[in-house]
Amino acid sequence: RLSYRAALELGSPPAAAAAVAAVATRALGTDLSYVPIPGDSQMKTVTLIPGDGIGPEVVKCVERVVETLKAPIKFEKFEVSGANPDGTPRESLPDEVIESLRRNKVCIKGTLWAPLYKENTNTQSLNVMLRKKLDLYVNLVHAYNIPGVKTRHEGGRIDIRIVRENTEGEYSGLEHEVVPGVVESLKIITERNSRRIAEYAFEYATMNNRRKVTAVHKANIMKLGDGQFLSVCRETAKRYPNIEFEEMIVDATCMKLVSNPEHFDVMVTPNLYGNIVCNVAAGLAGGAGVVPGVNVGEDIAIFEQGARHVGRDLIGLDLANPTAMLLSTAMMFRHLQIPMFADRLEAAIITLLAKPQNHTPDIGGKASTSSFMTALLEKL
Amino acid sequence: TLRKELSLYANIRPCFSIPGYETKYNDVNLVTIRENTEGEYSGLEHEVVPGVVESLKVITEKASMRVAEYAFFYAKANNRSKVTAVHKANIMKKADGLFLSCCRKVADKYPEIKYEEKIIDNCCMQLVKDPSQFDVLVMPNLYGDIVSDLCAGLVGGLGLTPSLNVGDGGIALAEAVHGTAPDIAGKDLANPTALLLSSVMMLRHIEMGSYADKIESALLATIAEGKFLTGDLGGKATTTDFTNALCSKM
Repeated sequence: RLSYRAALELGSPPAAAAAVAAVATRALGTDLSYVPIPGDSQMKTVTLIPGDGIGPEVVKCVERVVETLKAPIKFEKFEVSGANPDGTPRESLPDEVIESLRRNKVCIKGTLWAPLYKENTNTQSLNVMLRKKLDLYVNLVHAYNIPGVKTRHEGGRIDIRIVRENTEGEYSGLEHEVVPGVVESLKIITERNSRRIAEYAFEYATMNNRRKVTAVHKANIMKLGDGQFLSVCRETAKRYPNIEFEEMIVDATCMKLVSNPEHFDVMVTPNLYGNIVCNVAAGLAGGAGVVPGVNVGEDIAIFEQGARHVGRDLIGLDLANPTAMLLSTAMMFRHLQIPMFADRLEAAIITLLAKPQNHTPDIGGKASTSSFMTALLEKL
Repeated sequence: TLRKELSLYANIRPCFSIPGYETKYNDVNLVTIRENTEGEYSGLEHEVVPGVVESLKVITEKASMRVAEYAFFYAKANNRSKVTAVHKANIMKKADGLFLSCCRKVADKYPEIKYEEKIIDNCCMQLVKDPSQFDVLVMPNLYGDIVSDLCAGLVGGLGLTPSLNVGDGGIALAEAVHGTAPDIAGKDLANPTALLLSSVMMLRHIEMGSYADKIESALLATIAEGKFLTGDLGGKATTTDFTNALCSKM
């Protein structure tokens, strides 16, 4: 018996049909046998930052799933918000949070709210600050369509992995008002960060059996900045001759994404274009509620939703979709070298989402967070 | 160069689903208005030290007010009910913050038109999920470039997309968004729709709306009929055939 994903990768229709039938009737068992080294099942401590908006609600779902799966994870929770109680932006995260992250090296995080506050125009978003402080230079977002979740692109198979530079570019936070009414904002592109991100993109492609990397840029306009990014990507591509490399201007990329998304495989982008592209890809795959993501640095990984929206309009309504955060949790299990839990979690989610009665409103259904979770925990 | 010489400060691109040319998105009816002179396209870059490049994004109150004013004027003149300002002011607080405050000032002067703000990433996601929720979009240069091309992709590509560039003193330059297409030049194969729709925009700009309406409805009827479609729309008609069919409808 093949797992559903394995059958699709092989492109084998009879096996895929059999796998789909298996998925429809029960959660997938797996024939795979993972051989632990004594001690592998020891508890691993993971930092947990619920964040703002719907973050606390979906993070609670993560905690319940980890408990039900009996995964060897212990959470160190920090309930911080991006805003002070009076609504002003918070200046920085408490030291204990940073220490915990440096110690545990793995974290699950909801998005922290970055309030737009008129008086204060210097505070960076805490999310951005965290990424810079811990040098989490990669933002990886995996957008793929889940069978049963209706999107505009029926029938097509979307499987896009975006490797986005996470610390510089337009997010440098360096702005000033030259004279009243004239503002300059600096976009910084360094060779070092471009090299690191290009390297990661090709390394990720190699480790995950991907065939193509597309570099997204606007070097026809920003000749020096994006030009530098592009030339570094080209150099790196030469060292991976088995992986196809292409370049695409960001506006043409967006146009192609909405008309022919199957064209894309792995994409490597500077910060802002990556933000736009991964939101477009998330929209194609079903929305912010179903796309997982992670921020990766030299030794720390913070797992979160792929499209980092706070979702303040959904607070307390029990309508948030925990899928994205749960799929990120599955990615975390694999990162922690306990993939068996990822297999079980993903199989259960995919089985559940094949049925419309488990769809929350963001993907066109009427289910609540609670009803989705009840069904999921039962399956697990 | 033309844009700079004539100070064409706003680029207007209406984007609507064309009946008869089906794409995965059939409910699109929006207009993108893009600031055309500054922002990320200022061309001011330098290498600080080897391997470190700074690119300047410039946002001025003057340019932002100009484009915001035009957006609301356009919305009112064309019976549009909502203007959405697209920005990234949570990250670029001063630059996009200035753009937003200009939009808000102008919005106050047009209470009959709904005004909302959307962050560029959420906007792109919403455009891909449900473009029918948008009406007029106003934004700085880079986002405008990306969003207007994204919308063109939603309705069928650059072969059908018109645009109007507006400058100080009421100068207007209407052009199709597509390029010169050297591979089909001189072969009577080109689809004139984009340029015709641009002319329609020009006619409306000089307040000859009735002529504009006539041409537009004849054009849309010709495409909807499907008998004379050029190659890019999947048909076999020549430019001449298509134009004759169009003229016979007026």
